[in-house]
Amino acid sequence: MTRRVVITGIGVLAPGGIGTTAFWNLLSSGRTATRGITLFDPAPFRSRVAAEVDFHPERHGLTSLEVRRMDRAAQFGVVATREALADSGLDLAAFDPYRIGIAMGTGVGAISGLDTAYRVASDEGRIAQVDHMYAPGHLYDHFVPSSFATEVAWAVGAEGPSTVVSTGCTSGIDSVAHAVDLIREGSADIMITGATDAPISPLTLACFDAIKATTALNEEPETASRPFDATRKGFVLGEGAAAFVLEELGAARRRGAHVYAEIAGYASRSSAFHMTGLRPDGREMAEAITVALDEARLDPGDLDYVNAHGSGTRQNDLHETAAYKLALGPHAHRTPVSSVKSMIGHSLGSVGSMEIAASVLAMEHHVVPPTANLRTPDPECDLDYVPLVARDHRTDAVLTVSSGFGGFQSAMVLARPDRRTA
Amino acid sequence: MSARILVTGIGVAAPSGLGVEDFWSVTRIGKNAIGPVTRFDASAYPSRLAGEIHGFEPKEHLPGRLVPQTDRVTQLALVAADCAFADAGIEPGTIDPYAMGVVTAAGAGGFEFAENELRKLWSEGAKHVSAYQSFAWFYAVNSGQISIRNGLRGPAGVVISDQAGGLDALAQARRQLRKGSKLIATGGFDAPICSLGWASHLHGGLMSTSDEPERAYLPFDDAAAGYVPGEGGAMLILEDEDSARDRGARTVYGEFAGYGATLDPKPGSGREPGLRRAIDVALTDAACHPAEVDVVFADGAATPRLDREEAEAITAVFGPRAVPVTVPKTMTGRINSGGAPIDVVSAVLSMREGLIPPTTNVELSDAYDLDLVAVRPRTASVRTALVLARGRGGFNSAVVVRAVD
Repeated sequence: MTRRVVITGIGVLAPGGIGTTAFWNLLSSGRTATRGITLFDPAPFRSRVAAEVDFHPERHGLTSLEVRRMDRAAQFGVVATREALADSGLDLAAFDPYRIGIAMGTGVGAISGLDTAYRVASDEGRIAQVDHMYAPGHLYDHFVPSSFATEVAWAVGAEGPSTVVSTGCTSGIDSVAHAVDLIREGSADIMITGATDAPISPLTLACFDAIKATTALNEEPETASRPFDATRKGFVLGEGAAAFVLEELGAARRRGAHVYAEIAGYASRSSAFHMTGLRPDGREMAEAITVALDEARLDPGDLDYVNAHGSGTRQNDLHETAAYKLALGPHAHRTPVSSVKSMIGHSLGSVGSMEIAASVLAMEHHVVPPTANLRTPDPECDLDYVPLVARDHRTDAVLTVSSGFGGFQSAMVLARPDRRTA
Repeated sequence: MSARILVTGIGVAAPSGLGVEDFWSVTRIGKNAIGPVTRFDASAYPSRLAGEIHGFEPKEHLPGRLVPQTDRVTQLALVAADCAFADAGIEPGTIDPYAMGVVTAAGAGGFEFAENELRKLWSEGAKHVSAYQSFAWFYAVNSGQISIRNGLRGPAGVVISDQAGGLDALAQARRQLRKGSKLIATGGFDAPICSLGWASHLHGGLMSTSDEPERAYLPFDDAAAGYVPGEGGAMLILEDEDSARDRGARTVYGEFAGYGATLDPKPGSGREPGLRRAIDVALTDAACHPAEVDVVFADGAATPRLDREEAEAITAVFGPRAVPVTVPKTMTGRINSGGAPIDVVSAVLSMREGLIPPTTNVELSDAYDLDLVAVRPRTASVRTALVLARGRGGFNSAVVVRAVD
């Protein structure tokens, strides 16, 4: 019998407020956290909107040394991890450290730190090669972001199998799936997982400007992220982290833990087509969804909610809508589908974990978060996208998906452990 | 009992050779491939040696349109993957594309490309940044490009655990095979030889500052004083045994038999480093007694503390001087996520030839109770090999590969 893996602790650090409670308050109210960029002067860029986190590391228990050592994304990850661990009620000191592992996701690692380091150490490009004497300390830990896993491990005292998972925009689902695998196969008993990203940097803005992936709705920052809406103009960059404590179902029940959800099914597939383009038929995403449902032993009709990728690019919205129709059949039209990126933007790798958190909280509250800003439905997107207002809705099983550069498509099914199975 | 996981194809892009046979002809005799940095002007930096791949012309191997949109690390990965698929004899259309995937380890991503774009961004302005920057540098680019080029529509994975990631990728490939994929291309690559990469490596304070290519990277030597970075990596085709047999795989290099991983405790905790535990887990996973191991490909960090930790772990598991130990990385430098997959390739080629490649240039310190295969190769029957990799930040991974009759 395969070990069943459940979420017993959640930590979120998101635009609009730090902590799981603030996150859910934002999502369930349908408010948005997108705004004009304040982290640096965005004037040179085409897209000047983002969903930023108001973050003061010292207020969240990070020491001066930790702040100096870590990039913003690593700091997010550690703060979210501490919340998740406290939420789980676990005393990790009672466990063998070798049985506690780490699987942290990140899409773009410490890109903000690297951008800053280059800017300083090249004197804003005036010298052709960077002067290492002016590069900030711990630059290697920004360069190779496995340091994120180390930081989280040090924060909780883990010495088991540990890694960073970095599959671009599917990192936040794939990292959690990696953690599930390690518990199922018996390599660890407790996994700390999730994902973190802080990609709002000049380099990120410049390259997404170049491919016109990000929105140009600079005059309406609060409503700039418009998944499934006919007036969409691309995605809005975000940042943030979510972390989870995972353990085996039986162990969680024996200690009387609050079990948020079982991670019941998962699959990833690749379109093998183009680094940034998608095949319009949605077949690989549909395949991932079908395999994930099979693993969860659920039928499409058992799903109560679909937490969409919903990045707010036309290409994605059509691709994703097609995939749901292929994989879920008539149930695609009967199941509420929504994109929380309409409120928190797209933080690249970490958003998949933030969306797992949103999915689990939807189950917790039996409330489906809305797709904000959806006022002008795109006629080619004809599913129930829960426009504008959250909906009371019995939610026991959720599908969440991510789609990313490289053609990667990931699907995860979260469900109550005592659900009926097919 | 799950089916065995077999290595059925290999491809290498290393300073010591592009292509498996070139690589092995250099590696088996212990020829040094470390030299002065040529990819940028390193004269102003305190470290000036690297293991570079010379004479690599991407246009000779890859479609012209791919070259301007890829970093060197991706070009090397694509070429090694091409070699591995050709070596495995995979005919297009013979395996369900959804049953084939790719798992790579990344270290720095495509940072030579990114540094060029950063230079344009800060010296010329945002509008000069290439559209390709959006995907050329990030850590998943190699898995993405390999899946596209080879039509792999199954699972894609990317792990980052510094130097240990190269083994963690192989382990993740095995998980995907056990979950139902038939074939996973897996390995790791790095190419950090650009000024920003150099500044990053220098900041760890662990790089050798020697200017003598044969005296710069000396693991387990009293003169050990840091490492030399290298570039490249290796790609392996892993298949589950039934599937390999069904398609009539022509070469079986060996079995991926066991794996274990740990993370060192936070410095100052007073707890033992995790390497010995990782080895124990890998041997148990492979159902392998330490006495069955014929060679250990060591990590060879070449800093006294790390060398001592590794020597102590090996001695604790196997006993003093009880197993041949080698570090062929002394020829190439340390290639982050690319280093350990190259060692796995060397391990299966050691089995094929009955020869352990040497640890070049090193005179074993009296402080270590190791049977180091130093300077000259050693003829030996190799049936089981243990490959170790340790990463900055405390990552320890161990893999057991075994000959298949």
